[in-house]
Amino acid sequence: MSRLNEANTILAKEIIARYPKARSATIPLLHLSQQQNGYVTEEAMAHVAELVGATPAEVQGTATFYEMFKFRPVGKYLVNICGTMSCQLMGSEALLHHAEEVLGVKPGGTTADGMFTLEHAECQAACTEAPNMQVNYRHCHRMTNEAFDQLIADLREGKRDADIPAHGTLARIRQQIPAEKAVGPVSPDDPARPVWTPAPEVK
Amino acid sequence: MATYPWAAGYVDDGDRPKIVTARFEHEDSYTITRYHATEGYAGLKAALTRTPGEVHDEVRGATVLGRGGAGFPAGTKWGLMPPEKYPRYLVVNGDESEPGTYKDRLLMERDPHQLIEGCLIAAYAAGLSQVFLYIRGEMPLAHERVATALNEAYAAGYVGKNILGTDFSVDIILHWGAGAYVVGEETALIESLEGKRGEPRLKPPYFPAAIGLYGQPTIVNNVETLSNLPWLLRNGVAAYTAIGTETSPGTRMVAVSGHVARPGVFEIVNGTTTFRDLLFGDEFCQGIRDGNSLKAFVPGGGSAPWFTPEQLDVPFEGRVAGAAGSMLGSGAVMVMDDTTDIPTAALTLTRFYAHESCGQCTPCREGGTWLMRVLERVVEGQGTRADLDQLLEIGESICPGKFPHAANSALGLEATPFPYKMTTICFVGPSAYAPVHSALTHFRDEFEARVADTPARRQIPVTAVH
Repeated sequence: MSRLNEANTILAKEIIARYPKARSATIPLLHLSQQQNGYVTEEAMAHVAELVGATPAEVQGTATFYEMFKFRPVGKYLVNICGTMSCQLMGSEALLHHAEEVLGVKPGGTTADGMFTLEHAECQAACTEAPNMQVNYRHCHRMTNEAFDQLIADLREGKRDADIPAHGTLARIRQQIPAEKAVGPVSPDDPARPVWTPAPEVK
Repeated sequence: MATYPWAAGYVDDGDRPKIVTARFEHEDSYTITRYHATEGYAGLKAALTRTPGEVHDEVRGATVLGRGGAGFPAGTKWGLMPPEKYPRYLVVNGDESEPGTYKDRLLMERDPHQLIEGCLIAAYAAGLSQVFLYIRGEMPLAHERVATALNEAYAAGYVGKNILGTDFSVDIILHWGAGAYVVGEETALIESLEGKRGEPRLKPPYFPAAIGLYGQPTIVNNVETLSNLPWLLRNGVAAYTAIGTETSPGTRMVAVSGHVARPGVFEIVNGTTTFRDLLFGDEFCQGIRDGNSLKAFVPGGGSAPWFTPEQLDVPFEGRVAGAAGSMLGSGAVMVMDDTTDIPTAALTLTRFYAHESCGQCTPCREGGTWLMRVLERVVEGQGTRADLDQLLEIGESICPGKFPHAANSALGLEATPFPYKMTTICFVGPSAYAPVHSALTHFRDEFEARVADTPARRQIPVTAVH
């Protein structure tokens, strides 16, 4: 089953209904499919295409542009080591080499037990906390080899389950818009001036 | 002096005015309870007692400069929309990913209600019918904090239908990115929000204020820019412009990373604070690490041409930094001490931009890749002197003419002011060249020491780059 399941299809329709054009929901729906399956399958992309009114090729074209979407299974934990300038200046290459040794894989590789996929990542917006890395996009600041070993051990033992969900789950809290409060999407074809905006003065 | 474990990187030291980081000292700063206890939503209430035009005039009068990179005043930007063309949209740029930049993530994680309130003030003033808050995909904590805050704000009647009992009604939709640096460029952000590949659009005609989301007038504002608005509405134009200088009023958030004794994110006074204050001041970075000396620094994010110690007295004033040969960009300073291997540092940045090219424009897609490959060969000690000229030649195909650089008295160089000309739709291509050009201009000797004077240089295979 790699189409969106029933619950996620309902959620997908709620998300689509927020946008003036359904296709705007493409990326959020791809995230939803990745949350369900751990990666983005062709069937899921075809389903997203049905839901947003695009062709499967259009959805695939969008999906393949973005680095967070994976098209084959990855580890339960995506270990992304930042290699951009601030981190490089503070020793990220040594950290990456250490990670390669500990995990026994090169960037792009997944450990045999399916637990970890290692990636050499770009700037993670934690530049003062270098070298920085992320596990499933959760930040780990000022990393050392010892801290890395501890982190990997904790992840293996399930000690970080509370704050680091499995790959695919991004935010665990979703926006909820109560029906009675929602304004609803504003179509680009609706040229009405917002009611709170006064008409221009006639000169 | 204080740092807070819940706001990693933020340094609260010295006695400076705080406009956007005032709540960071509270561990629960992201909750609506704390927000209410600290003048939260008072700016929105103040705005709603005035006409939209009056609120717009305040933002214009305060010259709130865009904090995303270009530094364009928000009030002026709002005024560029064609009159009487509706609907108009607001797209919030929370796709922070310029190398060295770390501030919008903090603002979203630590004070999401301030951002929401800023969005509401902007939507009210500029007649924007729907707001899309685009958050970078790799920031799940920011998503969770903003989602929670939006849920609270809807429940409390700040967002949605008939806000605070008035006829002002607007939805704010939280949107997720999925990892692409170029989407931080405003037209690429709009393409991405339309569900497409994040490829920038040509300007003209696609200036978002005229032809933006779904072809409608659209304002794209940065997270920090909007986060300034609640304070401005509470305290007024005079209080805002009393901080900083006439052309750069208020404060701005700056992240200083790399080889300083105390890296950190600081809210500094705009316009007057200099790089010397920032790098060497006691309340800021307290000098270079380990007593080393300063070799060079990137003043405004990875895209910015580099400064050397000669430019330390440049203040955070766009025009001065531009005349000195660089830009202030997104408030990201990366510091290199005298142990830094300059060719490797330049390669790190060039590799980033080559990797992030969307592939639309040939000079960027091919040029960025070849800059990276030739530079890699030089860094590995396999290059020749001809490679160094080749790098500049490739760069000129992306940015014809003189490329901006700082003055260097030891080399007898005068500054070439910002900006550059470019053969590409957006700045990603030029950004791949900027570090190469800066490094070769100021530190050519390090490259020459690296090249092998053998005619048999390593061949670069022509293969696809992913």
